Amino acid sequence: MNRIQKKLQENKKLLSIYFTAGYPNIDDTVTTIQNLENSGVDMIEIGLPFSDPLADGPTIQASSTQALKNGMTSELLFKQLKDIRDTVKIPLIIMGYFNPILQFGVEAFCKTCQDIGIDGLIIPDLPVDVYHSEYKSIFESYGLINIFLITPQTSDDRIRYIDSVSNGFIYMVSSASTTGAKSGFGPEQDAYFKRIAKMDLKNPQIVGFGISNFKTFKHATTHAKGAIIGSAFIKHVTHNGINTIDQFTNSIIHETI
Amino acid sequence: MSYNIDEKGYYGEFGGAYIPEMLYPNIEELRQNYMKISEDPSFKKEFNQLLKDYVGRPSPLYFAKRLSEKYNTKIYLKREDLNHTGAHKVNNTIGQILLAKKLGKSRIIAETGAGQHGVATATVCALMGIECVVYMGEVDIARQAPNVARMKMLGAKVVPALSGSRTLKDATNEAMRDWINNPVDTHYIVGSVVGPHPYPDMVARFQAVVSEEIKWQLKEKEGTENPDYLIACVGGGSNAAGTYYHYLDNMDVKIIAVEAAGKGIDTGESAATSVLGKEGIIHGSKTLLMQTKDGQITEPYSISAGLDYPGVGPMHANLYKTGRAEFIAITDDEAMTAGLELSQLEGIIPAIETSHAFAVFEYKTFNPEDIIVVNLSGRGDKDLQNYIDYFKL
Repeated sequence: MNRIQKKLQENKKLLSIYFTAGYPNIDDTVTTIQNLENSGVDMIEIGLPFSDPLADGPTIQASSTQALKNGMTSELLFKQLKDIRDTVKIPLIIMGYFNPILQFGVEAFCKTCQDIGIDGLIIPDLPVDVYHSEYKSIFESYGLINIFLITPQTSDDRIRYIDSVSNGFIYMVSSASTTGAKSGFGPEQDAYFKRIAKMDLKNPQIVGFGISNFKTFKHATTHAKGAIIGSAFIKHVTHNGINTIDQFTNSIIHETI
Repeated sequence: MSYNIDEKGYYGEFGGAYIPEMLYPNIEELRQNYMKISEDPSFKKEFNQLLKDYVGRPSPLYFAKRLSEKYNTKIYLKREDLNHTGAHKVNNTIGQILLAKKLGKSRIIAETGAGQHGVATATVCALMGIECVVYMGEVDIARQAPNVARMKMLGAKVVPALSGSRTLKDATNEAMRDWINNPVDTHYIVGSVVGPHPYPDMVARFQAVVSEEIKWQLKEKEGTENPDYLIACVGGGSNAAGTYYHYLDNMDVKIIAVEAAGKGIDTGESAATSVLGKEGIIHGSKTLLMQTKDGQITEPYSISAGLDYPGVGPMHANLYKTGRAEFIAITDDEAMTAGLELSQLEGIIPAIETSHAFAVFEYKTFNPEDIIVVNLSGRGDKDLQNYIDYFKL
């Protein structure tokens, strides 16, 4: 069983954190991952920076631009992560746009991920039907779980289809937006969370977009298995660096004044 | 074998819709409706009426006598420069605004580089009384001030794209992000034959009026629908797609696509995507694009703001890969010289994009009996400052 699948069986709400590899500094990648695990985070999405991140808002865009300026590449990221499994036990997912993966070679990318101990991939611009017909067998032969997104606009039929193709969790985008665009949830999100919960899907759901603190984390995980935080974490390391990550994680897991 | 699009949205191996799930409902709505709506007789009637009365179509097919004499061949010019707003761009924006209305959309967004597509979009939004937001790179806003003023005068809101290199590709990213954030009421009018399926096909169909007219106009003048050569400049490739459309599978007609070599293919300052690009994904389409070894999209260069797109439409990527079209890369200097020559031989000042197409006559020798049609895709008013600076006029 893959680390992601094992983690999903734990009887708790999961906190997953996204960060951009090579940001704020090029050599921060490994320490960021270690600090996140030590602070009590359940799962990590390692962002492979891209020049044209279509689905991302200004915060993650800016971190990607800086990471690329710092010299981050797929090859360098893999080099940095070479021995990551000596110290880190929690599930690691690489999140990146499709073009850099295509240029690396999809199979070579998957193989390297397996060698290092990466558990899954999130590729927002690789559509589920293309994945299904062209790449599924490659991903699976290297033990990788591919994670798909759904949004409030996704039809029930398509959600069922995505559920049938998935074998980890479903990334539930909380609202029609780019990352970091909205904070908090309204009645629309509540209705959407309940609608999905009622569908009784095969795969658990983890909510992303719009989560930035204890309150929104709690809200998002009322009906879902866990939640993902990206932009709010990037903002934290932008202002505070990577040595106070435990403070950030605490502010999400525990109610503070 | 056809060089047109297949039922899955690909030209050969190029095309498709590589989009985040957030855009899926928007693209799917378009995919399911664009043919149904645009093939409907009432849509066609309104589209053709506007092209005639508002745009001024059909655009003339003009025999360029002095240019033909100079190069000892027969050259016809398809005068898209005479359209309202001064370029072929408006054919597409008229089509898409009518489509947006049929889909019940109340807000339009668009990207623009040099501002020509932005102006054409702002124009049709004014015509229909629909809210219009145009994304334009901050760098382009600074160097294309007259077109920014035109868009504002037409009632559009011009939003600077502040991300990445702050030019056309980033304006496109911003427009797509806007669409992600406004999925229900907004239609995105893409300006070229790029982006996720069905955009390349939809834009090509709206521009296909160009080759449809060439067929009967040439028949009238030469007794044949078929020229020996079609020539058009290619950035994203919408004027070229319109020029080639009805001839794609007609192998009696040779196709020449002209790209911008900038300061030269090997100088690092070029926009010749077919030569310098590699297969990959840009703006939701699998095509040829200029990128680093690591798959980061790079910034192209050309003296013409309309040709410096790092990708090329998937139709053209396939024409290149299959050898159906001959691709020629023309430098800034060659293009500027050709633009000046056309001005002085025919009394027509072309857009700098278009000037690239005319530089082919110095590059390649044609037979005296060859019939050649060049798409004169835009007029040069917008480029006057560039011509002034270049020739010290």
